[in-house]
Amino acid sequence: MSLLAIEDLTLSIGPTPILKSIDLSIAPGEVMGLVGESGSGKSMTALTLMKLLPDGARVDGRALFDGVDILAAPEAAMCRLRGREIGMVFQEPMTALNPVKTIGEQVAEGIRWHTGANRPDAEARARLMLERVGLPEQKFPLTRYPHELSGGQRQRVVIAIACALKPKLLIADEPTTALDVVLQKQILTLLRGLVEENGMSMLLISHDLAVVAEMADRLTIVRHGTVMETGETSRILSEQAHPFTRQLAEASTHVPARARGLEPSPVSEPLLEVRDLTRNYSLRRSRVFGRETMFRAVNGVSFSLAAGQKTALVGRSGCGKSTLARMILALDPPSSGSIRFQGEEICGVSEEALRPLRREMQVVFQDPYGSFDPRHRAERLVAEPLHLLNQRPDARRRRDLVAEVLEQVGLSPADMDKYPHEFSGGQRQRLAIARAIITRPKLIIADEPVSALDVSIRAQILDLLADLSDSLGVAYLFITHDLTVARAITDTTMVMHEGEIVETGPTEVVLGNPKSDAAKALVAAAPNLKMSLEKAVARATRD
Amino acid sequence: MIPYLLHRLASAVATLLLASLVVFAVLEILPGDPARLMLGLNASPEAIETLRTQMGLDQPVVVRYLEWLYGMVTGDFGRSLTYSSPVIDLVEERLAVSLPLALMALTLSTIIAIPVGVFAAARRGRPADTVAMGLAQFGVAIPNFWFALLLVYVFAVGFRLVPAGGFPGWGETWSSHGQAFQALVLPAVSLALPQAAILARVTRSAVVEVMGEDFIRTARAKGLPQRIVLWRHALRNALIPVLTIMGLQFAFLLAGTIIIENVFYLPGLGRLIFQAISQRDLIVVQGVVMLLVASVILINLMVDICYAVVDPRLRDGR
Amino acid sequence: MSLDPVLAPAHRERWLRRALANRSFLVGLSIASLVILMALISLFWTPYDITRLAVANRLLGLSAEHPLGTDHMGRDILSMIMIGARNSIAVAVVAVAIGMGIGVPLGTWAAARGGWVDEVLMRANDVVFAFPSLLSAVMITAIFGPGAINAIIAIGIFNIPVFARVARAGALALWPREFILAARAAGKGKVLITIEHILPNIAGLLLVQGTIQFALGILAEAGLSYLGLGAQPPMPSWGRMLFDAQTRIAIAPHLALFPGLAIVITVLGLNLLGDGLRDVLDPKLRRER
Repeated sequence: MSLLAIEDLTLSIGPTPILKSIDLSIAPGEVMGLVGESGSGKSMTALTLMKLLPDGARVDGRALFDGVDILAAPEAAMCRLRGREIGMVFQEPMTALNPVKTIGEQVAEGIRWHTGANRPDAEARARLMLERVGLPEQKFPLTRYPHELSGGQRQRVVIAIACALKPKLLIADEPTTALDVVLQKQILTLLRGLVEENGMSMLLISHDLAVVAEMADRLTIVRHGTVMETGETSRILSEQAHPFTRQLAEASTHVPARARGLEPSPVSEPLLEVRDLTRNYSLRRSRVFGRETMFRAVNGVSFSLAAGQKTALVGRSGCGKSTLARMILALDPPSSGSIRFQGEEICGVSEEALRPLRREMQVVFQDPYGSFDPRHRAERLVAEPLHLLNQRPDARRRRDLVAEVLEQVGLSPADMDKYPHEFSGGQRQRLAIARAIITRPKLIIADEPVSALDVSIRAQILDLLADLSDSLGVAYLFITHDLTVARAITDTTMVMHEGEIVETGPTEVVLGNPKSDAAKALVAAAPNLKMSLEKAVARATRD
Repeated sequence: MIPYLLHRLASAVATLLLASLVVFAVLEILPGDPARLMLGLNASPEAIETLRTQMGLDQPVVVRYLEWLYGMVTGDFGRSLTYSSPVIDLVEERLAVSLPLALMALTLSTIIAIPVGVFAAARRGRPADTVAMGLAQFGVAIPNFWFALLLVYVFAVGFRLVPAGGFPGWGETWSSHGQAFQALVLPAVSLALPQAAILARVTRSAVVEVMGEDFIRTARAKGLPQRIVLWRHALRNALIPVLTIMGLQFAFLLAGTIIIENVFYLPGLGRLIFQAISQRDLIVVQGVVMLLVASVILINLMVDICYAVVDPRLRDGR
Repeated sequence: MSLDPVLAPAHRERWLRRALANRSFLVGLSIASLVILMALISLFWTPYDITRLAVANRLLGLSAEHPLGTDHMGRDILSMIMIGARNSIAVAVVAVAIGMGIGVPLGTWAAARGGWVDEVLMRANDVVFAFPSLLSAVMITAIFGPGAINAIIAIGIFNIPVFARVARAGALALWPREFILAARAAGKGKVLITIEHILPNIAGLLLVQGTIQFALGILAEAGLSYLGLGAQPPMPSWGRMLFDAQTRIAIAPHLALFPGLAIVITVLGLNLLGDGLRDVLDPKLRRER
């Protein structure tokens, strides 16, 4: 008999339908993966099971948990169920903990509430639980506050809260999406261990097929609030019977076909040359008259980039890669060192002197929502870098130029009069690329340009970037934590760790046969659909 | 914790010094000779000269500022011309009215506003919330001196329950204490209610905002009922904006009672300064303004300390 | 009281539709327009000429000829309230204009420049905030002489740090945003970015704060003229009317009632308008309120 059986679940919030007749069941001890793109309704499924839906939500159908229909259960019964029988881990560890309560209090609170244990007993159990999730008391006393912990450590506290009473079902809603790949691996291993030790069932929700494939016994694939396919992980992934499943799988391993045109000639003068670049940030002083403590975000970095070369800069979050990008873009002054672009120094140069250089160097940011002023139309947004031209084009010429780049990035010139909110995420990223190429630059710095996008959109944007590189001969500095992306589009890869570049080489070599520990950790932790599938098949045949 | 406090303390002292410069300078740059201004147009040149010497106006500005500042720090606020007594004595006498009044008003406003705000937040969107916030919306719009007039009309003129104005002094006996207290009831209520309306709105929106945070969902996912989550998790986080407004209100109550003291003919600090201004008694004005500004800065410092008690993130780091 | 001061995009059709569906906005806008209309009409016409005293008609109650009665000098209260509205609005509007005109450039400059400029400006802000505003307004008007102009200046000065703070907070939240970085990568300077990107995006915030300060200005003006420091007789003002009513409250309570109601209704209307505007400009905040 299954622990959880969802039958014909339908959900709408206000007039908007979210879920349409979802069926899903989880057996005791089973890990069920729920996969879908953003807006597919997977998080809402989780919140329905907890009955923590936003106001105005209407639910129909049945969700039998251990023989009780959750959807019909009164609030008091749900309070007994939540935390004790069903635990939940959320996506965003930075905001999931109460900032004014200690981690000990927050873990012990649920234990006291459900078992009626007194404070010392509950704290003793909380201590054991925190130790189990990797926060031993010697290093992480119960009196720590959330702000004293990193994102990965906070996620461990959230897991400790969810698993403190060994619930029968653990719901993990994108538990690693906000973390880098190395932390992702650690957290997934932890979850897997807890589930196996305590015989818990788990509903693992993710947009990343590779992550789920490695963990789940069975998969449910959803799209637009409807179940597309459900079944054994190994079968679903090896057969890829459903077209949407195939599309998801292909997109997540997508490699753009490349023309492999001009190989950068090593003799020519480098386009970009960075020497001994360092950037310090002053942290707050620990004592009023004490010395300021410095945090060295970038530490003695040197490298060079040839014209037309596509280079990836990979590293864990907080390794300094975005700081480095900002210094190259002359948006952030370095503490020491030099950056020469087309042979000219850009550090400590006036904004006026930078103008001709800025024209040759543009940027694409990660967030397709934050990259545009919401109050301007596409034409004005895309045309913004034309400000750098010595002779500003007149209004007609400007429209022509914008129309031309819009077509180049696969948008229509008619889109010129739209506002950013009228575009989808992927279209907005095309718009960002259009803005970057309008001055025909020699170098584009792309800071995680596809990591906020769904896999299918991501593949299209990668294709576009690859095409543009071939047709325009532009060089890329591609900042990413995702090795698949690096592999897909770049020739050279630099690995950054704690402010330093620890390894550089041709992409296939660095990713295929990493030398440094940092690169090895990244490669080992990267989710890989092919390997996950092999493991799943092995698991299935072993059982 | 200590670096945060020292930092706040240092910035309070800096603000205080700057404010003292402003107070000193404003009265310094007044059009005309301060001594003449104080004595009026018909004063004899000798009298003006005497006052000039007495006020130290024959000395350089810097010396005068430093002496004045020294006096402030050591409690010597100078002598009032119109009252012929040390300013500090006047202040002491008037504080006996203004301080209890401000404290009564603040207490009243707090015990009304915070429960109402939390209650409305807990019942967001329901009729109780709509009614409470509708009343608060009205309360915010009512000028306190008009509200005072209405109270006088109803309770003093109509029911004759309390005196319409004046202050009998605290006296020595319990019954005279009681009468003095009675004289402060209407002024305190008329000060408190409009303030309570503001505070209730702030409390409600702070609580509602915190209830939308992710960590509230985490607490609910532990199995805690909504009510418990509100008390244990939301309130303390909502306290910062509430404290900020309370600090501002106390500062307002100390100094902003000028009008209410005029309505009720109360011999408080506000009335003292109002009369001193109209009588051109600049020494009293300087002293009392500086004192009020210092207490505002002190209250802000206390609010900062409360922040650090409430929010551990402020204790270390920012 | 959300900490995210950046208002979401407002787009014409949606903006209008949300505005028409927002009760606070509609009620507030109607009240504010009525008061302004009343003030404008008083420029050309009032039921009675208030400069002509008719002591025989003093302290009349409500009647068909004098809907709100007459005061101790026989002047028509309705006419006085209409002219008083003119005075209140003029003082509050100019005071808000002073606050915005000086405060917004200072606040955006502090945010764009950072460093010591920011430090100095914010410290100066703290100093102004340390002076209880009513007390200082009393001082300014008393020392430089009572009158509407000095009242405007006194109230306006204390609006400056308020707008500086709001503008700075809004601008500081925008500067690290990616679209600003993109504008910087396009070689635009701080002044240009402030004009093209920062100001349009904090305009909503400033508008909301403007209506709040407008309402506070009306309350402050009433207080000052109650103390005899605002507009001088024979120019009628709501606060002054309340002062005159105080000694006669036992015999003619209606003298105190109507000017007070005029203040309450005007301030209420402006506050509702401010609340409504906030909801209309930023639907994100709506659920929080």
